[in-house]
Amino acid sequence: MKSRSLILRKTSDKVVKAVSILAAFFGVFFLAWIMFTVLKFGFKSFSLSFLIEPTKPYGVADGGIANALLGTLLITFGASALGVPLGLLGGVYLSEFAKNSKKGNIIRFSANVMMGIPSIIVGLFVYTLLVYTTKSFSGFAGSVALAIIMFPIVVRTTDDMLSMVPNSLRESALALGSSRWRTTLSIVFRAAKSGLITGVLLSVARVSGETAPLLFTALWSDSWPTSYFTQPTANLTVTITEYATNSPFEQMHIKAWGAALLVTLVVLMLNIACRIIFMEAKHARK
Amino acid sequence: MKQKKKQDKSAADRIFYITTMFCAFLVLVIMCGFFVQLFIHSFPAIKKFGFTFLVSGEWDPVRNIYGAASAIYGTAITTIIAMAIAVPLSFLIALFLVEMAHPVLSRIIGQAIELLAAIPSIIYGMWGLFVFVPFMQNYVGPFLADTLKLKWLPLFQGPCTGFGLLTAGIVLAFMVLPFISAVMRDVFKMVPPVLKESAYGCGATTWEVTFDVTMKYGMQGLLGAVFLGLGRAVGETMAVLFIIGNTPRISASLFESGTTISATLANNFAESSGVFQSVLLELGLVLLAITFLIQIAAQFWLNMVRRKFGGNI
Repeated sequence: MKSRSLILRKTSDKVVKAVSILAAFFGVFFLAWIMFTVLKFGFKSFSLSFLIEPTKPYGVADGGIANALLGTLLITFGASALGVPLGLLGGVYLSEFAKNSKKGNIIRFSANVMMGIPSIIVGLFVYTLLVYTTKSFSGFAGSVALAIIMFPIVVRTTDDMLSMVPNSLRESALALGSSRWRTTLSIVFRAAKSGLITGVLLSVARVSGETAPLLFTALWSDSWPTSYFTQPTANLTVTITEYATNSPFEQMHIKAWGAALLVTLVVLMLNIACRIIFMEAKHARK
Repeated sequence: MKQKKKQDKSAADRIFYITTMFCAFLVLVIMCGFFVQLFIHSFPAIKKFGFTFLVSGEWDPVRNIYGAASAIYGTAITTIIAMAIAVPLSFLIALFLVEMAHPVLSRIIGQAIELLAAIPSIIYGMWGLFVFVPFMQNYVGPFLADTLKLKWLPLFQGPCTGFGLLTAGIVLAFMVLPFISAVMRDVFKMVPPVLKESAYGCGATTWEVTFDVTMKYGMQGLLGAVFLGLGRAVGETMAVLFIIGNTPRISASLFESGTTISATLANNFAESSGVFQSVLLELGLVLLAITFLIQIAAQFWLNMVRRKFGGNI
């Protein structure tokens, strides 16, 4: 190894340290900048009427986002109803029946890959599957798209969480004569409860801010979401897109910021809730 | 009677097993479904334009002639800018979190940066449109062109309107930064302390330990982290859509507006029909193929690390 002068080595070390401290604060500063902007503009439009009145037609300034809020709730709920049970069961297969098998590893690998597929592609896929064939955009198609995004996340977290449950629990249940499905659903699931809740909440948080897949499926509307299965359905994120880009009116920009604040707060709350649940479970186990 | 009960039990278990297996295999089915559906629906475009689609820069809705080159170019350039900024920054942040910061501070900053990953991409897009675009136009653009006198470079030619490839690249960088730094931090943490301590014991500085020991030991993990971020950057839609300018052309200057594959899709798809829709679906297929390969590379490296460290990343 070639020798370098001590001063040079020490200075380069100091420089790297200083730069990395700067980098870390830069990251935090960035979070603060975005949050500050969203809060500053968002709170301007926050009021009760903003939350309980529906959107008005293009160009009419006052109006709320209640229909979009309801639509987003419907779409997200529909997505969870589809994605969560399927994901949980898929995760059960990986952890209970295919722990170290080749099949299991291939599925695990594909689920990881699937998590990284851009959400806009999922939107296109669901468009060709549901919108193209039925010739109409619908909130349900939006739910299916979000469910496809949730699915691999729930599969992988379920797999991870169930794998952490000690085998002795399974063995005791089986030794008492309970069947495999009983053991899994009432013993293993219960032991991994907080982990499973975390996984589900995280996946809900992930999709509740999604926009791109909804552009091609649920589309957008300015009426109440009355026909979720057959008509374009109002939702928050596409409303934000419409208001922020397709409108020259300051008033509508402010509405968009209000909706953005709502979405951001919900997503961050869900994330923080996950962290707290998971931490508490960890402490309880210790 | 007893015999029958036993059979019932095993039948129920059998159904349970098959149901779970079906759900797990759904992952593979959907994955293949992406390719099959997009391929079938982009077939008219593939038949009409053939291979030239990928290299032609023409985009003429009037004559119905389309080429993907401008969108692919925009995607590549914004991704390169994003990675050039995000990779070194995330490396430094991970280094700070693992090697330098007090554990409490490290936890707080680590959590803050993870929250940055949770913010929906549309918020980045909006923030970019209303805050960062004017900032680029008023400060960063003039600074690069006039103060640093980089105007003569083809990269910084023309007026900086704030919209364009450079702005989109920078916003993308901040979007993927938390993803990369979180994985890098985990990789750093998993290097066995004995290795680091022996290097420190020989008198190495923190930087030398990081560069010669940690980095070499965790290289595959770092590569995995970079590719994970790369995959996100390539496919990101909403953060880019508002600020790239959405003009299908290829220009050397980073100040000029352009478009990416995902932005083209988001902009045009809902109103499209016929061959044009098929063209857009083919663009989607191209994006799917690119991200698929990137993700496979990322997961391949991360799997190697998981096997080596035996942990979860």
